[in-house]
Amino acid sequence: MDVLVCVKRVPAVGAEILLTADGTAIDTRHLGFTIGPHEECAVEEAVRIAERTGGSAGVLTVGPPETEEQLRYALSMGADHAVRVDTPETDPDPEATAAAVTGALGELPPYDLVLFGEASADAGHAQVGFRVACALRRPVVGGVKGIDLDGDRVLLRRESPEGVEVHEAPLPAVAAVLEGLNLPRYPTIKGRLRAKKAPIRVLDGPGATGGLRTLRLRHRPEARARTVVLGHGAAAAPAVVDVLAELGIVP
Amino acid sequence: MTPFPDRAQVVVIGAGIVGNSVVHHLARLGWRDILLVDKGPLPDPGGSTGHASNFVFPVDHSREITQLTADSSRQYAELGTLTTCGGIEVARTPERVQELHRRMSSAHAWGIDAELITPAEVAEKVPFLDPTVVLRGFWTPSVAVVDPLRAGELMRERATAAGALTVSAMTEVLAVDTDDGRVTRVRTDRGDVDTEYVVVACGVWSPRIAALAGATIPLTPAVHQMIDVGPIAELAATGREIAFPIVRDMDPLMYERQSGADLEIGSYAHRPILCEPDDIPSLAAAALSPTQLPFTPDDFDPQMEAALELFHPVLDRPDAGIRHAINGLLSLTPDGHPLLGETPEVRGLWSAAAVWIKEGPGVGRLIAEWMTEGAPEIDAAASDIARFAPHERTRHHVRARACEGFNKTYGITHPREQWSSDRGVRRSPFHEREVALGAEFFEVAGWERPQWYASNAPLVAELGVPDRPHEWDARWWSPIIDAEHLAMRRSAAMIDLSAFSQFDVRGPGALAYVQHLTVAQMDRPVGRVIYTPVLAPDGGFRSDLTVVRLGDRHFRVVTGGSDGARDLAWFTRHLPRDGSVTLTDVTSAVCTLGLWGPRARDVLAAITDEDVSDAAFPFATARTITIGSIPVLALRLSYVGELGWELHAPTECGLRLWDAVAEAGAPHGLVPAGIGVYGTTARMEKGYRLVGHELDAEHGPVEAGLALPGLKSQDFVGKAAYTKAREGEPEATLCTLTLDPGDPAGHPRFPQGGEPVLTPDGARITDRRGRPSFVTSAGAGPSLGTYLLMAYLPPWHAVEGTGLLVEYLGERYPVTVARAGRTPLFDPDDTRMR
Repeated sequence: MDVLVCVKRVPAVGAEILLTADGTAIDTRHLGFTIGPHEECAVEEAVRIAERTGGSAGVLTVGPPETEEQLRYALSMGADHAVRVDTPETDPDPEATAAAVTGALGELPPYDLVLFGEASADAGHAQVGFRVACALRRPVVGGVKGIDLDGDRVLLRRESPEGVEVHEAPLPAVAAVLEGLNLPRYPTIKGRLRAKKAPIRVLDGPGATGGLRTLRLRHRPEARARTVVLGHGAAAAPAVVDVLAELGIVP
Repeated sequence: MTPFPDRAQVVVIGAGIVGNSVVHHLARLGWRDILLVDKGPLPDPGGSTGHASNFVFPVDHSREITQLTADSSRQYAELGTLTTCGGIEVARTPERVQELHRRMSSAHAWGIDAELITPAEVAEKVPFLDPTVVLRGFWTPSVAVVDPLRAGELMRERATAAGALTVSAMTEVLAVDTDDGRVTRVRTDRGDVDTEYVVVACGVWSPRIAALAGATIPLTPAVHQMIDVGPIAELAATGREIAFPIVRDMDPLMYERQSGADLEIGSYAHRPILCEPDDIPSLAAAALSPTQLPFTPDDFDPQMEAALELFHPVLDRPDAGIRHAINGLLSLTPDGHPLLGETPEVRGLWSAAAVWIKEGPGVGRLIAEWMTEGAPEIDAAASDIARFAPHERTRHHVRARACEGFNKTYGITHPREQWSSDRGVRRSPFHEREVALGAEFFEVAGWERPQWYASNAPLVAELGVPDRPHEWDARWWSPIIDAEHLAMRRSAAMIDLSAFSQFDVRGPGALAYVQHLTVAQMDRPVGRVIYTPVLAPDGGFRSDLTVVRLGDRHFRVVTGGSDGARDLAWFTRHLPRDGSVTLTDVTSAVCTLGLWGPRARDVLAAITDEDVSDAAFPFATARTITIGSIPVLALRLSYVGELGWELHAPTECGLRLWDAVAEAGAPHGLVPAGIGVYGTTARMEKGYRLVGHELDAEHGPVEAGLALPGLKSQDFVGKAAYTKAREGEPEATLCTLTLDPGDPAGHPRFPQGGEPVLTPDGARITDRRGRPSFVTSAGAGPSLGTYLLMAYLPPWHAVEGTGLLVEYLGERYPVTVARAGRTPLFDPDDTRMR
């Protein structure tokens, strides 16, 4: 079975996220880049399916040449081929990204299953997988935390407040997966060395831009801790006991 | 939270291993009201201490670094934070095998147990390594892993328990105030604190903090890549952080060590990746920590291949994944040495920067001793932050040399090896003539100095100078040096000495000031040239130099180029605060041409109208003469043992001076000669001592054979110790040894300096104070027809005619003590120069 995973190059940020001077982007001058945790799980799942079924695990991204770093990371985890859809923008909007992926899927050999991360680790639009599935008129399930293959059908599991939903879909299908689907492996040294030398197929992007524009990024207002004086001296004791009871620290 | 003090005896900035060690030792030495601040949290504030590999290899070619490492190991062990695991440096190439032999020499010189072992023995100690890629191993049983964060905690605890220390984490230093060039106050986001002492122990951030006070700490943050690969069953099975010896795979410039279930692989092979101190992310903005930058895998790929070659039995497994990978930051300096001591720009502002984990506690003790007693026990000359010329403190220079030096971390560096980056910064006015003569330039303090001249190549055959058959012996050397030497002794030579550092001392307090800093009597008639040691408070050498009395209230200090910056800092620090003395650095204003040899007087007489006869211009005097239209300060003295002068002229007149001397000298057979003659061959034949080689802080004038006949009544720095040393017997005597004839290696070999001197049965030699005997200088004595070595020997070996051994690159060579003390082997009565 042939699986394709779509990944996005995103900055690996610390606790505090610095913005560029114009406030429209994350300041990445001193940051490294990665793929998000959902996508790492998607790559792991694809590699496992390929190993199990004797198929292939491909990885695709959309962006300029530097995004190949993330393709090579996926290759070092065990993906066996990689495709970059060339676009000048580092962060095209979901519509443009979906158009690029859809166009590429038209050019590439057919895949039985196309996996996305539930949402990118930076913008978090959670749109591309659904847009691609719609464009290709394929079934799609989001929030997937379990994938089982059953002949020409796939069972996709997702958690909901009510319990576990299991969706059955005919192949070819699309799924957006969540972290926790599996425990992704670390790349091996051999894997890294293989990935470094692996060819990457580059396709021209459609050149279309989407309708979404980033105007400005803002930091969330700092959550301020509120100080409540419970009382003074021994008189404060009952109030302290109440709080501890409320927190479940004392019965 | 502890209240923030408004006054401290000393503020130490940075709570990594260095800052913690400094506060611990300051407290031990009696300092109180010590304030330790760090911008980050404790116990790991986010600097390099928190991510270092934490291993300690004790053997280094540098004695100073070896001593700091040994002291640090003792301290880590005493704190219970050291785990001995042993370590092996492996060689994959014959060149590295030779270097391992050199390592053995250093191990013997510094008294560290080590041995060379076979590939099979390497594999016995590290069973998961492929011995077929290894030629030899250098096994050091005392290699250890330390826990610097825990050690730092314990040191803080001790200083706090002594009531000496206040610790303030999460405290950012905003400003360091100064008044009249002295530290007065540190301003932080928790409050301001008045203090007269600040120690900058901020690792990669040190340049930023020093700049707040107007000083420079010339280092650059640079990346050192590390990855952790695991889990590896054999390692996990030990249940320990480290159970196997650490391997330094020297040829690909890497190391591998166990870290729990993982194998940690570090590299000094990748391209130099520098970072600006201002660009280091904050703790909050960093993905891991400020000094663990994002890994750049492309830079590390070749090292992965090298690691696979040696460790494929465990690394080539599907479950051994790269679990951690960082571009860790460390500090690089222009010459690879730490930056220690009071900054030359700001009094009271001390630097304890560019220090590796293996040296941290030793540096803490050294800095504390230096601050307390005025001099540390370990000679810190090579690490003294005052050692840099102004251009060497610039960002451009630091980055250029850091880039060049990074890949030398595990490199094979010849003792005479020259830097190739940022050359040609300081050129004497003779430079274009020297280039035309095919000068081979060596650098000192940025000055380009001819080491020898290709134009003298025909002299090699003419004078029958032998070559050196072994490449290592002949590297950065030419037989032309010996030929220039013989030509000088035969007729005369002119030598470019413009790299000399020169200071003018003037004012009503000038005499008292120079008296205070020197051992020799300075109250001599105007026109006298006075050679003098300059001592540290404990009586060890700081430098030796020449002082010329140019007037009642005017002295000229002439000192070597390599140590000029330290001397300038020392003289500047001791200036009286009442303004009665002015000190002017005239180095750039004056060029110097040495003219020496039996025909030197003939040459000089031909170009000056003044009487330069011995009667009119005796030895050890100075006079202003004119050469053509150039006013020249001529000093009649010699470091090469020949009649002659140093000719000091205005820099802009230098070319005219050069041409006048060259033209007048031609009929007399005068040749240009390089520093190879001045600094090595002629100097050593005359038994003259050189700062940084024979003259160091661990030895005083008595042991160096430079005690003066009389003791002046005036007080001077180091006088008490010097007086005491004069009254007792020296524990060591500086000797000149000759290499015995006969070639144990089958062809002549030439030790280069730094080698251990051993007894005839191969035992290490130390004096009663534990100081080892090793070769301080080595060089040919062409006029003596022998090869010369200098070394301090304890009294029972410092006997002329005694036979000893010198270990050089795996062989032991018989040597003989030819001279104990300072009487020269060549022209012992100094008849030629007097």
